[in-house]
Amino acid sequence: MLSDVNLLGPELVLLVVGGFLLIADLFIKDRRLLMGTTLAALLGSILYSAVLLTEGHVGSQGFGGVHVVDKFAIFFQILLAGAAMAAVLVSTETMQRTPSRRGEYLALILFSTAGLQLLAGSRDLIMIFIALELTSISQYILVGFYKDRWGSEGGLKYLLTGAVASAVLLYGMAILLGLTGSTNLSEIASYIAWQGDGKEDALILAAVFLIAGFGFKAAVAPFQMWAPDAYTGAPTPIAAYLSVASKAAAFAILIRVFFEALGDDLLAEHWKTIFAVLATISMFVGNFFAIRQNNIKRMLAYSSVAQAGTLMIGLAAISADRGELLGASGILFYLAGYTVTNLAAFTVIVLIANQNGGSYDIRKYAGLGKKSPWLSIVLAFALISLIGLPPTAVFFGKIYLFETAVQSGLAWLAVIGTVNTLISAAYYLRPVKAMFIDTAEDEADETSMPRPSNSVLATMGLVTAGVLVIGLHPGLLINAAEAAVSAIFS
Amino acid sequence: MIIGLEHYLVLGALLFCIGFFIALSKKNAIGVLIGVELMLNAVNLTLVAFSRFGSAEVALSTQVFVVFIIAVAAAEVAVGLALALVVYRNRQTISVDRTTLLKG
Repeated sequence: MLSDVNLLGPELVLLVVGGFLLIADLFIKDRRLLMGTTLAALLGSILYSAVLLTEGHVGSQGFGGVHVVDKFAIFFQILLAGAAMAAVLVSTETMQRTPSRRGEYLALILFSTAGLQLLAGSRDLIMIFIALELTSISQYILVGFYKDRWGSEGGLKYLLTGAVASAVLLYGMAILLGLTGSTNLSEIASYIAWQGDGKEDALILAAVFLIAGFGFKAAVAPFQMWAPDAYTGAPTPIAAYLSVASKAAAFAILIRVFFEALGDDLLAEHWKTIFAVLATISMFVGNFFAIRQNNIKRMLAYSSVAQAGTLMIGLAAISADRGELLGASGILFYLAGYTVTNLAAFTVIVLIANQNGGSYDIRKYAGLGKKSPWLSIVLAFALISLIGLPPTAVFFGKIYLFETAVQSGLAWLAVIGTVNTLISAAYYLRPVKAMFIDTAEDEADETSMPRPSNSVLATMGLVTAGVLVIGLHPGLLINAAEAAVSAIFS
Repeated sequence: MIIGLEHYLVLGALLFCIGFFIALSKKNAIGVLIGVELMLNAVNLTLVAFSRFGSAEVALSTQVFVVFIIAVAAAEVAVGLALALVVYRNRQTISVDRTTLLKG
């Protein structure tokens, strides 16, 4: 029993410190102390994962097979905790706006991260549901955290659509449980392998419900309608966190459920079609709506929908070509690269909004290249990376995914992906054009630039360095991704 | 007539569809939450039916599942009502189609 608890260590660290922060909030008023505690908890969680990895716990299951510690889960645990650290570091302005609720804010980030980490290591339907709700409910509150008109509206819309999505997910789980008689993913897999004949239709029905539920978290079209509203209403660090962490965990659980439990060869043929269709819809919807946006947070929300579509190409490719490690590790590589790049973009946006009087309007970015050249260069770099130009993280990820798609007979999907990459350049380059080519209408407020906080600047440096390192030395991350997916496809 | 598993499953499916329709069509945020509650209880009914007609092992996991769903649904509704209250304070309405500050 105690060894089972040990396996849950990375999540427990976050939950315990989160609970402590809720109480500490009452008497500790020092912002730095609270933030330091949160960062220490996240760092502790990463270290705990590393210890589990090196001390030979890989592959052990806890609590009767409900939870597993494998390289796949550890990869995501470290990625998610890292993303949460970046979100906390850029939250200085958010915490100044809500001085009386700092502890709550940080605790909710920790709870949400713990939920996402649990999700990556879940091997049981009930556990998946609990982990998903732990993270969702924390995120609903975080999105509405400012309690202003935009925040509360975004939060309520996120909650209402999220509640419907989780009910749909639960119905899928109920069908799956009734059909196979088990909540454990590997027991479901063995049931399908031995007695699954003639039950394809019901299994596909259950799977469609599951995809709707997980697709909602990943913001895949047509389940993306919450994303732009939630991103706009939420504090910007939370928008950054939602766009990367939720997506990463949702893809983790999609890979686990669809290739560990429902990975039967007969069924995989159907998943290929479903994922390919979703990829196409998601890329086109995301990109076309992104072009119309003037608010950069909304633009990045739709861009994240398009990116989810690109990731779906990878899912379709591994469904088409089972046992192909390249596709799955491509998804993990792309997710890590996208996480770092998107965090870089959001960090700069926080800094720019700080100087622009809280504005996220792309038209207000005019002339920024002269006013603050460094910020403009970093934002331009992050946006160009998001298009997927070499030599950046997203570029290698895209090459990886498109290559796998072509190899597994889905060349048309790779073509659609390439076309969409070109479309996406249209809106990713718009802020760049505004910053460097357009001139500002009024140059009056140049003196009133507040000094950005050190932690935000440091985060910007770190994530930008991360984008460069992954872009220049992709080998390291590729090895890690391949080791991670070998836990699922063995 | 003997009431079998199918009857419960059909009833569950019907309730789920009714709940889904309510969630999509209601303009009042509380109405949407009621629809979601109906969907969740349809899931519970389905699970309990599986528990009644399945083996002992299935019975155990379904019943545990149902208890978790009930608990989580309560937490979700609590947060939902809190958010609806904040929206009402800001806008004096909780009509979903009149909270359109964010769109496009």
